[in-house]
Amino acid sequence: MGLKMQANGHGHHHLVAVSLNEQQLGTKRKYRTYFPRTNQGKYLALWIIAFGFAAVYVYRCIDEGHQERIEEGLVSMCDQRARMLQDQFSVSVNHVHALAVLVSTFHYYKNPSVIDQETFAEYTARTAFERPLLSGVAYAQRVMNSEREEFESQHGGTIRTMANKEPSPHRDEYAPVIFAQETVSYLNLLDMMSGEEDRENILRARSTGKAVLTSPFKLLGSHHLGVVLTIPVYKSKLPPNASVRDRIEATAGYLGGAFDVESLVENLLGQLAGNQEIVVKVYDVTNTSDPLIMYGRQTEEGDQSRTRVSKLDFGDPFRKHQMTCRYLHKAPISWAATTTAALGYVIVLLVGYMFYTGAIHIVQVEDDFDTMQQLKVRAEAADVAKSQFLATVSHEIRTPMNGILGMLALLLDTDLSSTQRDYAQTAQACGRALITLINEVLDRAKIEAGKLELEAVPFDLRSILDDVLSLFSEKSRHKGIELAVLVSDKVPQIVMGDPGRFRQVITNLVGNSVKFTEQGHIFVQVHLAEHSKAVHESKSDTCMNGRSDGQFKTLSGREAADDRNTWDKFKHLMSDQEFPFPTSQNVTLMVSVEDTGIGIPLHAQDLVFMPFMQADSSTSRHYGGTGIGLSISKCLVELMGGQINFISRPQIGSTFSFTCVFKRCEKNTITDPKRPNYDDLPTSFKGLKATIVDNKPVRAAVTRYHLKRLGVLVDVVTGIGIAVSDSDMILVEKDVWLSNGNLINVTKSGKMILLATNITGTEFDKAKSAGFSDTLIMKPLRASMVGACLQQVLGMGKKAEQGKVMANGSVYLRGLLCGKKILVVDDNRVNRRVAAGALKKFGADVECADSGKSALDLLKLPHAFDACFMDIQMPEMDGFEATRRIRLMESEANDGSKSEWHLPILAMTADVIHATFEECQKSGMDGYVSKPFQEENLYQAVAKFFESKPTTDS
Amino acid sequence: MAAVVQLQRQFIEYTTSLYNEGYLDDQFTQLQKLQDESNPDFVVEVVSLFFEDSEKLLNNLATALQQKTVDYKQVDSHVHQFKGSSSSIGAQRVTNVCVHFRNFCEEKNLEGCLRCLQQAKHEYILVRNKLEALFRLEQQILQAGGSIPIME
Repeated sequence: MGLKMQANGHGHHHLVAVSLNEQQLGTKRKYRTYFPRTNQGKYLALWIIAFGFAAVYVYRCIDEGHQERIEEGLVSMCDQRARMLQDQFSVSVNHVHALAVLVSTFHYYKNPSVIDQETFAEYTARTAFERPLLSGVAYAQRVMNSEREEFESQHGGTIRTMANKEPSPHRDEYAPVIFAQETVSYLNLLDMMSGEEDRENILRARSTGKAVLTSPFKLLGSHHLGVVLTIPVYKSKLPPNASVRDRIEATAGYLGGAFDVESLVENLLGQLAGNQEIVVKVYDVTNTSDPLIMYGRQTEEGDQSRTRVSKLDFGDPFRKHQMTCRYLHKAPISWAATTTAALGYVIVLLVGYMFYTGAIHIVQVEDDFDTMQQLKVRAEAADVAKSQFLATVSHEIRTPMNGILGMLALLLDTDLSSTQRDYAQTAQACGRALITLINEVLDRAKIEAGKLELEAVPFDLRSILDDVLSLFSEKSRHKGIELAVLVSDKVPQIVMGDPGRFRQVITNLVGNSVKFTEQGHIFVQVHLAEHSKAVHESKSDTCMNGRSDGQFKTLSGREAADDRNTWDKFKHLMSDQEFPFPTSQNVTLMVSVEDTGIGIPLHAQDLVFMPFMQADSSTSRHYGGTGIGLSISKCLVELMGGQINFISRPQIGSTFSFTCVFKRCEKNTITDPKRPNYDDLPTSFKGLKATIVDNKPVRAAVTRYHLKRLGVLVDVVTGIGIAVSDSDMILVEKDVWLSNGNLINVTKSGKMILLATNITGTEFDKAKSAGFSDTLIMKPLRASMVGACLQQVLGMGKKAEQGKVMANGSVYLRGLLCGKKILVVDDNRVNRRVAAGALKKFGADVECADSGKSALDLLKLPHAFDACFMDIQMPEMDGFEATRRIRLMESEANDGSKSEWHLPILAMTADVIHATFEECQKSGMDGYVSKPFQEENLYQAVAKFFESKPTTDS
Repeated sequence: MAAVVQLQRQFIEYTTSLYNEGYLDDQFTQLQKLQDESNPDFVVEVVSLFFEDSEKLLNNLATALQQKTVDYKQVDSHVHQFKGSSSSIGAQRVTNVCVHFRNFCEEKNLEGCLRCLQQAKHEYILVRNKLEALFRLEQQILQAGGSIPIME
């Protein structure tokens, strides 16, 4: 029942733990995100496209300025050319105008005319530089048909047409050339009005009175395109507002000149820079639908995309001209814009890609982290589950295992053949080993599951160390190993802590050392941690192991792994000088276990504290054991607030040392009556003097330590010759005695005592003959054992002393129970008698009841009982039920009165499972003792509440 | 005097053999410790009680198991008694048999119960003889004027 409940308890606990973990798993970790966690590809594409547009925009912005500059260049060049062309043209026109004025002035206003063909020719030839653009000028006179004959006769020729130079047919009016520059002398007497272009020009000129231009045509005598300029010459001066008729009436003739536009523009362009860059064309656009080209090739050439048109004003309002400019070559691409945009874009692309990969990587890492986190939580949960499983299973295995062992024990009692017996014994040994292992596993699992709690009771650690030593004394003697313990004087006598767990750690360490050491020594030391640290720090320069004369100054003279334990430091630690330790509540102890065993291989040193790890499989084959002990020790030490570590050198030895924190015991508890946990050392040796003869200082210190605890004053000498004779006893080490054994005899004043780790038969005989027969102390030394031996040797009352020792152990219990009236309830006569006997022995006044019912009768209020021990399993009314009824009676009585009835009731039970205790408490019991009665159990149970409630009547 | 020493040695050897062979356990030592001047015959008294009880219980068990319909509950309570008293005096082997006896009771295994009863009887008689021999030896020592050696 108890087991099941516990198992259920475990299961429940386990479920809770797992569900907690699942909750943790469920809440996926939230990250603060500064970037998209999904669809990074899309974001990247978006980024690329957006910045693509941006790059194009930037390119446009930069390129626009560039294009504008190009445009401006074109405009300024074109306008410049048009203006210059216009200027040059108007200069020429002005000059022709001047000629017209010349003709009118000297030909018409003077009578007779002062100009003839010769004069005109010469004048125009000499002023030709003024009109570089005109191939020649000529003057044609207006001749009416009626005047023709007169004119012809006057000039000695006929008027001819321009087309075929034949005599002109009959017309209303003629315009024969009468004066002509030499270059155009072929025009003489040609009728200007016979040419279509010229006629129109003449008509327009005389009606407007201004210089007029023809549309471009191929000039006579050259292949260039040109225009003819015509200016009217009037007979009389006309008013500015003269009508068209007046003008026609007044017309005397016409001065004309042919402009070679092509050469004009060619010359002009030749003078200007940047001529190669642009293509220039000049058009007559009087008829807008059909522009006539005046300069430039008819074909399309140059950069068509950019055109500048500049207006030209050649002074003829009727005719409209314009200049068209184009770049010869396409404007080059703007490199600055292209490279800026492209480079910028590339950078942005790279940045985008960087972010993209970064985001992907971060997401990846975070996901990995999440996964790891989950795995970690799961692993931890599994670890807890493992521990709980181990705890449960181990517990469940123990019960049937006990059955198996019991049956094997029974089997061994039957008649068996020797082989069968051997088999059964082997099985039993294996079973015991298994139980030990299971207990260890259970311990460890308990620790891991955090279920182990430490006690805090006062105890004497010196006596605990002595106990541990006594456990291994047989083995160490057998192996011939020197086993010793030494506790510094500065360590308090009594400390508060968990003696059981402390003992467990020490036992484990010493047990390991014993297991792995074949010769040399095992040395357990306890010092104050502060003190030992201070000494180690102040003395760091001493030589290795204090070696001298081929011997190490260690306990057995063999080298030890930890150099720090040199004799020099040891001396310091043991010296009597006051160490100003802090007077805090806690006392931290430094415990070290030094051995000279096989040591731990270097490769295995990291694994030492891992459960089930031994140096290698051959180790476990050779030495046995599971390797779980050290891991438990580590856990325990950590629970006790300390640390464990070790120094080990293969083939030299290992030194395990750990610290642990205990509470200092208050003054008043130290003076308390003695308890079983305390050492009861005889005090009869106080003031005696002893001399130790030993050449090994450490070993001598150990002997001295034990003697000091007995109150003996100690001198140490290194050789027998030096031994002083005024001491009450002389303790001689076996090896010292053997090395110069024959030299000494038993001195008169003091008893000689031989100390030995092991002794052979012959050595024993020799010792016997030397008078040591009764005075041989076998090591390991323990204060109590040394005391007993001394009593024997010194002839003190052994029997009395022993009785005293016996009594001392129970003094405390006696103090508690003396005079108390106690009821024992048990249906079993024998049990009753034994319980009564045990309690009576400690001075209690015992009464018995054989059933729950009779107990109830006896306990009717008021009664005089101080406590009740109650069997649980009884027929009719079991212990739980009886207790419940007693409690009921008490609470009824307490209701009415001021008095507080509460009888301490302790269960007596054979199976001490934890669950039983819970049941006990549930039914109102105060504690339990295991049956059959054992002094220690009884003490623990009784102490628990008699201590806290000291009764006044005793 | 030599005879006393002889007897004492014999006593020690005998006691040790009883422990070694598993007839007695630590509880018997505890019992011996409880005996002192104020209570000189404590061990003998308790052990006699045990003998009386045991014989009664063994008889009861025998009759209970012979019934047509065996009342296992009752058998179990008898065995429980037997187990309790035997463990109180440290008669280890009897206690062990009782443990198995109770298991068979739980299983209601009549055959097993009968076998255990036989074993229990056997063990009981063995331990009774051994203890009686031990007490006789004690008497002899006391009569010879020696003291009972105290066992560790």
